[in-house]
Amino acid sequence: MIAVAVTSTWYLVLAAVLFGIGLAGVMIRRNPLIMFMCIELMLNAVNLSFVTLANHLGDIGGQTTVLFVMVVAAAEVVVGLGIIVAILRRRPGATADDLSELKG
Amino acid sequence: MDILVFVCAAAMILCGALGVVTLRHPVHAALSLVLTLFGVAVLFVAQNAHFLAVAQVIVYAGAIVVLFLFVIMLLGVDRVEDLHAEPFKVQRPLAIVSGVALAGLLIAAVVASQHTNVAARGAGLPGVNPVRNDLHDGNIVALSKDLFSGHVLAFELTSVLLVIAVVATVLLARRSRGIDAAPTDGQAT
Repeated sequence: MIAVAVTSTWYLVLAAVLFGIGLAGVMIRRNPLIMFMCIELMLNAVNLSFVTLANHLGDIGGQTTVLFVMVVAAAEVVVGLGIIVAILRRRPGATADDLSELKG
Repeated sequence: MDILVFVCAAAMILCGALGVVTLRHPVHAALSLVLTLFGVAVLFVAQNAHFLAVAQVIVYAGAIVVLFLFVIMLLGVDRVEDLHAEPFKVQRPLAIVSGVALAGLLIAAVVASQHTNVAARGAGLPGVNPVRNDLHDGNIVALSKDLFSGHVLAFELTSVLLVIAVVATVLLARRSRGIDAAPTDGQAT
């Protein structure tokens, strides 16, 4: 078996692919909940690259940043789901394309 | 061993991510999201970020996905989305192309920056707390030292942010009377 060392580049490439999938998902899907999940995918890709670079550079600051990103992501999910509940309660089955009330 | 862990976790992450994007049922998409979050937690452990792996499992896979499932069940939107009904013909190919293009751009940047040898300069910086530690729980000690010595203000501000988020959610989810009170509503919230 060939011993191949797993370098930081592998993790960063994986994070880039994960971010790309999340970005495509936000644009493809029209269910607001699924779009939110795709945003979570992108946030996790960023977290993964933060942890990778913290390990790579020997600096714990990257992991501290990930902790703050997690807190902000939790707050974002709570507020976003509150908005989605408020919208879908008035208009059941609305997709992202239907929510054009604020359009001028 | 490292490569085995990486390949398994990467497979989990990519399968879960593709599941979130492609599965038609919202509950299935949420469960795929759990798969991805667990894979990311495994990679956190593989990179000596033990506390963040625990937080990832508790906060993301525990709280956030449960919140997603709760909203799915609450709204009764657990219906299958028709992925073939597409109002804009050009949107889906454009989305796939832009996602692939962005991922390719990032990969190219990562591979290109591999040769600039940032690590050799960064690892020797004075004053940075080392990630690896001889202590048994060195990661948590180093992380808490950094968090509570250099980022106390930001840490306190996150608590303010969480309070604001809770208040905002209560206001958003409260059923205001007279505006959108459906006639079928029996109970007041």
